[in-house]
Amino acid sequence: MADIFEQALYPYRRSPDQDAAAPARHPVIVVGAGPVGLAAALDLALKDVPVLLLDDNDRVSTGSRAICFAKRTLEIMDRLGCGQPLVDKGVTWNKGKVFFDERKVYEFDLLAEAGHRRPAFINLQQFHFEAVLLERLRELQAEGRPVEIRGRNKVTGVTRDDSGIQLTVETPDGPYTLEADWLVACDGAKSPIRSFMGLDFHGRIFEDNFLIADVKMEADFPTERWFWFDPPFNRGQSALLHKQPDGVWRIDLQLGWDIDREVEMREENVIPRLKAMLGEEAKFSLEWISIYTFQCRRMERFAHGRVLFAGDSAHQVSPFGARGANSGIQDADNLAWKLKLILDGTAPESLMESYNRERVQAADENILNSTRSTDFITPKSDISHVFRDAVLDLAEAHPFARPLVNSGRLSVPATHAGSDLNGEDALPGGPERTRPGAPAVDAPVGDGWLLESLGTDIVLLGINTSLPDMSGGDTLPVTVLTIETEDDRLGALRERYLGRNEQAVYLIRPDQHIAARWPTYDRKAISAALTAATGGMS
Amino acid sequence: MTDLNTAPNLTDADGFYEALIAAHEGLTPEQSTALNARLILLLANHVGDRDILLDALRKARGTGR
Ligand SMILES: Cc1cc2nc3c(=O)[nH]c(=O)nc-3n(C[C@H](O)[C@H](O)[C@H](O)COP(=O)(O)OP(=O)(O)OC[C@H]3O[C@@H](n4cnc5c(N)ncnc54)[C@H](O)[C@@H]3O)c2cc1C
Repeated sequence: MADIFEQALYPYRRSPDQDAAAPARHPVIVVGAGPVGLAAALDLALKDVPVLLLDDNDRVSTGSRAICFAKRTLEIMDRLGCGQPLVDKGVTWNKGKVFFDERKVYEFDLLAEAGHRRPAFINLQQFHFEAVLLERLRELQAEGRPVEIRGRNKVTGVTRDDSGIQLTVETPDGPYTLEADWLVACDGAKSPIRSFMGLDFHGRIFEDNFLIADVKMEADFPTERWFWFDPPFNRGQSALLHKQPDGVWRIDLQLGWDIDREVEMREENVIPRLKAMLGEEAKFSLEWISIYTFQCRRMERFAHGRVLFAGDSAHQVSPFGARGANSGIQDADNLAWKLKLILDGTAPESLMESYNRERVQAADENILNSTRSTDFITPKSDISHVFRDAVLDLAEAHPFARPLVNSGRLSVPATHAGSDLNGEDALPGGPERTRPGAPAVDAPVGDGWLLESLGTDIVLLGINTSLPDMSGGDTLPVTVLTIETEDDRLGALRERYLGRNEQAVYLIRPDQHIAARWPTYDRKAISAALTAATGGMS
Repeated sequence: MTDLNTAPNLTDADGFYEALIAAHEGLTPEQSTALNARLILLLANHVGDRDILLDALRKARGTGR
């Protein structure tokens, strides 16, 4: 059978829209069926928002792109109903090692505590990731959810006027026109929609090349992230090794700026590099070779009226830290529930400005982290090189230097601490990591997990306290949930949500970010926080 | 904000100065630069406080005036 990325998983089919007398109008059109567009479409469909997904292709992405999918992504995928197949297919890892020259200088564990359903990371080829999401989309269609995907539908123009958004779409049968109330542009780093709208995309280009080789081999390296600074097999440069499913290993070798890419990509030049790293006797076959360069940049705004940019179309980071797809999926997570409430008329359209603000904040955090990593990995001046080597040199013997070693600060979700959607933090001495703006932290509850019990609505969570029914009166769907810290033998729930308090009440957004918290139930305070969290209506 | 202490504070100023120079003895300029970098990192960690460190960076950058 052909590889998954060689199959037309959503082949072109003529749509009745192409024969309509007047352009068909859709409430939401998502452009781009990469990880971000797929996640956005799944989320909207699960909320029963009719969504049309267009892609210029009819298959999942080819070759080596993302492999590291973070805990938060898996938690979002759990909410979308496809976390388990991703974990089953992926390679789970939490630990890493850092080498300098021939020495191991540092080891880390990204999830050193128990009481989480999901690991710090799984490694999974991006095409497998996308294939799992596509399969989930097919399931939702079978359940009758309002989602459609159209392959080989290439958007070639976008215009806007008072009546809405018009898209020109090129297909094998020629062009047609569509109209949308909302457009979600997940059309990747080169975003044609960004260009059609004449929007900026500024940032910093890094002058470096990285060779990616995916090799198939039998090897007994542990399933950890291994990173080398200045190793004997790639002098003056860095290297990275990751295990993927199907016996495939990702090798990432820094090459420097002044290279001839075409020459470096030749197998006869790649093989000796790999043998220098893996040993002369190593038996491997090449699955894929590519060379990439990168940039750190973002759009000034992610929301332009009813056109929303999400994922690589809105921001790009260096791959160190695995913050590309992982942060793009958080964009989708952030916008889907807001769009749902706006379309239902239960929140004002201005709520979408919080998408812009929160995700720009997250993008800046990701860009800052990945820029710092890049500057550590590839020092830009002689003295920067001296300090980098000094840190690595000290790290082996002196624990203080280890936090300075920066081989990539791996993706963690942003805490929207300053967001105007946040309500009060009235829980005295409440734990820092569950303060308003933070994504809810998982913890065991009975035989299950806290995050899986949150569902897809706004949640009012009572811990060690009962709560009255919230339905009736409010137009917003609020689920009331009560749990007991007794249900968690580990004590994680208490530590993560109560601190020294005996009980607490949390208001949690549909994207599982915490909106407000209190020591006791207070109807008025909750109402105010609910209003703030949904953009000031209700 | 906490300021960097720039009043005399070394228990044995001459002795420290001598030890500092001695630590570099026999090193090439590159090795000396590397030693200095390690020394700065060790001392910075001992100080710890971010404001004091930033103040020190500012003062050092200003060539002492
Ligand atoms: C070497 C490398 C390693 C990486 N490693 C990681 C990692 O470990 N973890 C991580 O999180 N990220 C990683 N990334 C980044 C990750 O690949 C991207 O962030 C991710 O693919 C972005 O997803 P997206 O959906 O926004 O865009 P894309 O995946 O680029 O998808 C865009 C989609 O839009 C479609 N499209 C484009 N134009 C049109 C049009 N006009 N009409 C219709 N459809 C259109 C395209 O066909 C495509 O399907 C890595 C990237 C590289 C290059």
